[in-house]
Amino acid sequence: MLDGMNRPLSILVWGAVSLVAAGATAVVAVHRSEPINALWLVAAATCCYALGYRFYSKFIAAKILAVDALRATPAERLENGRDFLVTNKWVVFGHHFAAIAGPGPLVGPVLAAQFGYLPGTLWVLAGAVFAGCVQDFVILLFSVRRDGKSLTEMAKEETGAVGGIVAYAAVIAILIILLAVVALVVVNALKDSPWGTFTIAMTIPIALLMGIYLRRIRPGKVLEVSVLGFILVLLAIWGGQWISLHPAPAHVFTLSASTLAISIIIYAFAASVVPVWLLLAPRDYLSTFVKLGTIGLLGIGIVAIHPTLHMPAITRFVDGTGPVFAGKIFPFAFITIACGAISGFHSLISSGTTPKLIARETETRMVGYGSMLAESAVAIMAIIAACVLQPGVYFAINSPAGIVGQTAVAATTTISNWGFPVTAADMQVLAHAVGEQTLFNRTGGAPAFAVGMAHIFSQTLGGGTVMALWYHFAVMFEALFILTILDAGTRVARFMIQDALGHIYKPLGRTSWYPSIIFTSAVIVAAWGFFLWQGVKDPLGGINSLWPLFGIANQLLATVAMCVATTIIIKMHRAKYAAVTLVPLLWLVATTFTASWHKIFDLNPRVGFLAQAGFLASGPATNATARLIFNNRLDAAVTGLLLVMVTLVLIESARQWVGVISGRKEARVKETPFVMTRLSEERA
Amino acid sequence: MTRLKQAAHILISTLREIFDEAAYTRFLERTHMRSSPSAYAAFWRERENKAPKPRCC
Repeated sequence: MLDGMNRPLSILVWGAVSLVAAGATAVVAVHRSEPINALWLVAAATCCYALGYRFYSKFIAAKILAVDALRATPAERLENGRDFLVTNKWVVFGHHFAAIAGPGPLVGPVLAAQFGYLPGTLWVLAGAVFAGCVQDFVILLFSVRRDGKSLTEMAKEETGAVGGIVAYAAVIAILIILLAVVALVVVNALKDSPWGTFTIAMTIPIALLMGIYLRRIRPGKVLEVSVLGFILVLLAIWGGQWISLHPAPAHVFTLSASTLAISIIIYAFAASVVPVWLLLAPRDYLSTFVKLGTIGLLGIGIVAIHPTLHMPAITRFVDGTGPVFAGKIFPFAFITIACGAISGFHSLISSGTTPKLIARETETRMVGYGSMLAESAVAIMAIIAACVLQPGVYFAINSPAGIVGQTAVAATTTISNWGFPVTAADMQVLAHAVGEQTLFNRTGGAPAFAVGMAHIFSQTLGGGTVMALWYHFAVMFEALFILTILDAGTRVARFMIQDALGHIYKPLGRTSWYPSIIFTSAVIVAAWGFFLWQGVKDPLGGINSLWPLFGIANQLLATVAMCVATTIIIKMHRAKYAAVTLVPLLWLVATTFTASWHKIFDLNPRVGFLAQAGFLASGPATNATARLIFNNRLDAAVTGLLLVMVTLVLIESARQWVGVISGRKEARVKETPFVMTRLSEERA
Repeated sequence: MTRLKQAAHILISTLREIFDEAAYTRFLERTHMRSSPSAYAAFWRERENKAPKPRCC
């Protein structure tokens, strides 16, 4: 709309937006004396996003990608009513956003809040505008120009066979680590919580009921059945309160972390083996329904009550001694927050279903760049939700017992001595208010986010009396998200393994052959189940080792995506603009390689896997320590392997860049030849 | 009013696409079937043979 303004008015409006962006960001960055209001973050984010979209994405679209409204997209050329389909841009935007927005932008920023609100906020804003949105946009356009090809196919064609193999291996590795980490977040949110466990357990029969309703009673009426499912979930939340107040049923649903981990592993295996319509699809619909509604509601809640942030801008833990996870602000803040700033996983979605729906090339800007801005806004909301808590409360919830002590008194004394006062009585009152027995050592980010969200919601709707309901609604919302990822991720990985095994023994590649389904599902579930079990048994809470591993894997996938993007840009004779992807790529290399180095070789046992193994080896030898030593060495090996693989892609890509720029190699991109669109004629 | 209607239409279209209702309608058109439990079963048989939609973290 503003594009159509006359020039003086446009200059005036965008000048004002720039001033607000600069002013609000300056307040967020330099204000130190007293707590600031969350609206400063909202104002800074809104204006930065508007500027990034209006100017930076337009520059990329015009100068580098030369998006062409007249060029027919695969949705038009290959339209088959099934995979390829010309779709309204807003519909594609919603579809794409629903696929990229998961629990990552909620959990990562909550964990990184241990550094204060400032580092996370600046990284989310700058990372999204200059890196994450750029990655999603360019990969989407390049896939559109290649008949909707996947990232691994593009890597193989543009950077060579090594790129393709590494991208494939990175995707499998990232999926396994991702599934383990998100499962651990659910375990930590539900352990010893009869209310939460009952509510989440009830979502399984609710999803089954939805599946049968859709299949037998009202075929295809998904929105209708999702409303029904949502009402049943609300009843399950209410029922959970009753369960928690009655000792006998509460005892049944009070599960330890180990029991929950085993239950989730069995559940995910079953979900991967049963037909999609029965469990996976209805749960996906239900979680999407809750997700879109809750994100909208949280945004309205934050603006309506504009809470004060109690967390300092920067905490003492930037030095690497943080209790939530160990490691200095650089590089660990930048791998802890992936989704919300830049996430390699998004490149799989930008080169998955979305490019097959785009009607015109020009729409890739709104869908690719715009959706990522929306995801980044979700991350800002998560930072606000975490930082509205008193810092002492935040650290009491997020710190493992191995760091702060086993008892409430020991934990509050340790945290208060750090300069964040909190008492055992405060924590007891808060736990009672949210309907939990305790909130100590609830690591993983989800419970802290749920407490923050319940705090915001209860001030907007219902007051303090319904805080427990809001808390369990928030836990249910996150757990539902995550279980959907477990279902879908296990199935995606299973398809990938079946695809690869099909080259060795053909029947294994058949996705409908039950022996193959059971075998490959067991392989995938065993792989992530191993890491989950390791996290559950970790005395440092599991998140300390697994979340950085996930962040490293995810950002290394983004490195592969940026290598592919830079290679294509150089081959398109746009080398002078290659900095647009090259600078984020160099930043990713700097952060992920440094983080990987620290995670493998750092001498601090809380940071380095090998140092931790050495520390354990120097203590008394038991079966448990032997397992922990093996786990740490395995984590080091996995990190090293990922690093070597991505180094190979970098070398391969750099060889292509040098070859093309020096003229030794022909700059030939593997685009589909230009075909004039017929849609523009129809619209004209 | 027209704009409001248009916005509501886009919202419903988006939700129908996200929730696969539109895909089912297209399947019925493509296969010339009427909505029924067996048509819905056929729709899912076709979808199960494709790689599932990834969901990001």
